[in-house]
Amino acid sequence: MAMMAMKIRNSASRRTTTTMASRQISSGLRSMSSWWKNVEPAPKDPILGVTEAFLADPSPDKVNVGVGAYRDDNGKPVVLECVREAERRIAGASFMEYLPMGGSVEMVEETLKLAYGKNSEFIKDKRIAAVQSLSGTGACRLFADFQKRFRPDSQIYIPVPTWSNHHNIWRDAQVPQKTYHYYHPETKGLDFSGLMDDVKNAPEGSFFLLHACAHNPTGVDPTEEQWREISQLFKAKKHFAFFDMAYQGFASGDPRKDAKSIRIFLEDGHHIGISQSYAKNMGLYGQRVGCLSVLCEDEKQAVTVKSQLQQLARPMYSNPPLHGAQIVSIILGDPQLKNQWLQEVKIMADRIIGMRTTLRESLEKLGSPLSWEHVTKQIGMFCYSGLTPEQVDRLTSEYHIYMTRNGRISMAGVTTGNVEYLANAIHEVTKSS
Amino acid sequence: MASSMLSLGSTSLLPREFIKDKLKLGASGSNTFLKAKSFSRVTMSVAAVKPSRFEGITMAPPDPILGVSEAFKADTNELKLNLGVGAYRTEELQPYVLNVVKKAENLMLERGDNKEYLPIEGLAAFNKATAELLFGAGHPVIKEQKVATIQGLSGTGSLRLAAALIERYFPGAKVLISAPTWGNHKNIFNDAKVPWSEYRYYDPKTIGLDFEGMIADIKEAPEGSFILLHGCAHNPTGIDPTPEQWVKIADVIQEKNHIPFFDVAYQGFASGSLDEDASSVRLFAERGMEFFVAQSYSKNLGLYAERIGAINVVCSSADAATRVKSQLKRIARPMYSNPPVHGARIVANVVGDAAMFNEWKAEMEMMAGRIKTVRQKLYDSLVSKDKSGKDWSFILKQIGMFSFTGLNKAQSDNMTNKWHVYMTKDGRISLAGLSMAKCEYLADAIIDSYHNVS
Repeated sequence: MAMMAMKIRNSASRRTTTTMASRQISSGLRSMSSWWKNVEPAPKDPILGVTEAFLADPSPDKVNVGVGAYRDDNGKPVVLECVREAERRIAGASFMEYLPMGGSVEMVEETLKLAYGKNSEFIKDKRIAAVQSLSGTGACRLFADFQKRFRPDSQIYIPVPTWSNHHNIWRDAQVPQKTYHYYHPETKGLDFSGLMDDVKNAPEGSFFLLHACAHNPTGVDPTEEQWREISQLFKAKKHFAFFDMAYQGFASGDPRKDAKSIRIFLEDGHHIGISQSYAKNMGLYGQRVGCLSVLCEDEKQAVTVKSQLQQLARPMYSNPPLHGAQIVSIILGDPQLKNQWLQEVKIMADRIIGMRTTLRESLEKLGSPLSWEHVTKQIGMFCYSGLTPEQVDRLTSEYHIYMTRNGRISMAGVTTGNVEYLANAIHEVTKSS
Repeated sequence: MASSMLSLGSTSLLPREFIKDKLKLGASGSNTFLKAKSFSRVTMSVAAVKPSRFEGITMAPPDPILGVSEAFKADTNELKLNLGVGAYRTEELQPYVLNVVKKAENLMLERGDNKEYLPIEGLAAFNKATAELLFGAGHPVIKEQKVATIQGLSGTGSLRLAAALIERYFPGAKVLISAPTWGNHKNIFNDAKVPWSEYRYYDPKTIGLDFEGMIADIKEAPEGSFILLHGCAHNPTGIDPTPEQWVKIADVIQEKNHIPFFDVAYQGFASGSLDEDASSVRLFAERGMEFFVAQSYSKNLGLYAERIGAINVVCSSADAATRVKSQLKRIARPMYSNPPVHGARIVANVVGDAAMFNEWKAEMEMMAGRIKTVRQKLYDSLVSKDKSGKDWSFILKQIGMFSFTGLNKAQSDNMTNKWHVYMTKDGRISLAGLSMAKCEYLADAIIDSYHNVS
């Protein structure tokens, strides 16, 4: 009876609606000059826009060395075996209840061990405020928002160059940015003295963004000795170090080695912040799994800081996604799977190191007048080739090779199948420089 | 809501001089540095690693909704009942993963889908499916490409993207939200720095809609304000406007040149029918208006933890939609780069396969049906046990997962403290967490709290 009444009511209102609609549409159109007239088209994202352009290119020779997503030697995306196994264990089998605002406790625990060390006293003493985040981007953004809320007078020092999205993140968090010297174009290596000068000249207690390993986009990392010097200077200046670690395991093939910079700072007593991502080292790109941690003075403060991080997350996404976090927990919590993961990460890192060697040798064999030493000196997924934007544009228009205009080559996109083609193209556009 | 106010208040920073004192004592009252193994390291630490920069930070208040489940977990009484968070439970009070979801996950595993980054705007197949579900596949706004759709982090994330867009392109514009509304709405607009005010909605006298108040407040708002509307199954009250009332709401919004902003978190869950639950949104689309719609698949596909939803902006032209979409992407990139793929794939698979889609509709009808049945039983229990003659019919008039009981804070506290019934302090109970078996117990608790506590 109630259903009938509702049906009748609905159809009546539909009739009314139609009459009203036609009346309204004419007056609606009058006031319908769009609300959105002043909205300009946004510029294409410099990194993700490259892949869009690549996908649109019909050429059979096209090569994508733009975005930093790993490819196997056939140029195909890779899902790690350990990941597949973890997925098999949970497909169709697990509940999907909301995670707590701070995310999966197991995942966070395992993730902290990777960064701070399995037997870290800071983990034992519960001094780390940590939450699951939306991969590295989400961790950086949460930290930037946290910095804005609780240190509103602070700024962030960002290396030149850096991953372009770092600038977007701190800008949208409304934290003013400053830069520090990092890349030395002449040597295609680290501008160590420039870096140390900037660290020294920054006001005491400044916030610095550091890439823990495999700097993006240059692939240029400080040596261990240089990290120690940087840490000492940070101590003298009482600076805060925020580490973005997106490539642990991916740089050298050994996660412990790749965390060395962080361990140095911890040994020296710094209270740091860390953004960690599983996008590359576990191939979980689209799952958006990561972790933000802040080392605090004591357990009480860690609990407090965590509560405030959650407070920032709640109005952004309420709680983080489950699937990727489950995969991570299963893999890292199972010694066999964890070993399998470590092996698979090493394979990926080794393939990239191999491609670096091949690319350099190919360029040298072609008789290039330039030095390509930096191709093998740099580390991680990216090679800062030294190509100018104009040369990059030629690579794209003449050879259908796609990369970001800063000359960053994603070595993960280089294969035995395309390395000669790539070397040849690079040689062609640079031989007269 | 108090929570967001409190947190903003706690951001006041202590001056640096205060920090000196902290060097002396650790949290436990003794010098925690002495506990460290190497004394020389300790000396270095004390000298170089000053008191934390985060000294002035105070504890954030527990979330009023999510905090309820935590309190429930800590309660050891066997009569306890969790009517806090709006997550569907079976009659056995277990979480429920829909069969279609399991099927989809297994299909995805078999196919060996990769895990590449989605584009910033999300999975194309999902975006198409979600807009069609909302407006109907043949709808002109879809055919004419006038909707900018971006995959978002469930309802919360989608609302936040829209809020950020409003802040950027309508500086100074206000959002009007219903009194009451979902607690996190205010947090979202606060953190996005969009000013908001309330329009009258809930009438405690009738435990129904204060329609006159609602219309008056919408009329009074400055022209070009954003009006946040719940598409169906209003949270927390369960009170929805009737179809005639929706028409009048659309009239006054158009009259005042306001922008409607729908939050659709329960499509299919309210009446059991996806189309019927979208009728308010479709009414507005018929009018040719420009407006926002945030969607969530947390409840209707049980995908809570996978954070899958969308923000749709209906524009007057395809060109405007393209531009708006590009700016939404620009907001998302520095927030999370690109959205998580798993939930999006599940939705796309379910909606994209006719058999699975039908199965989904059946499961949704089952879930909505269980809630309607439990509502009826609760009402029947109240009527048979309460001899005071109080009119409990508001329970039947309300719709969706929640019911606003009309209990005040003290009475709600009594529900928890005496009866171990966990609910939010605004008097909201989640019927999704109620079983037929517990209806009588709940009725006793409500009757006691209502009559014996003030």
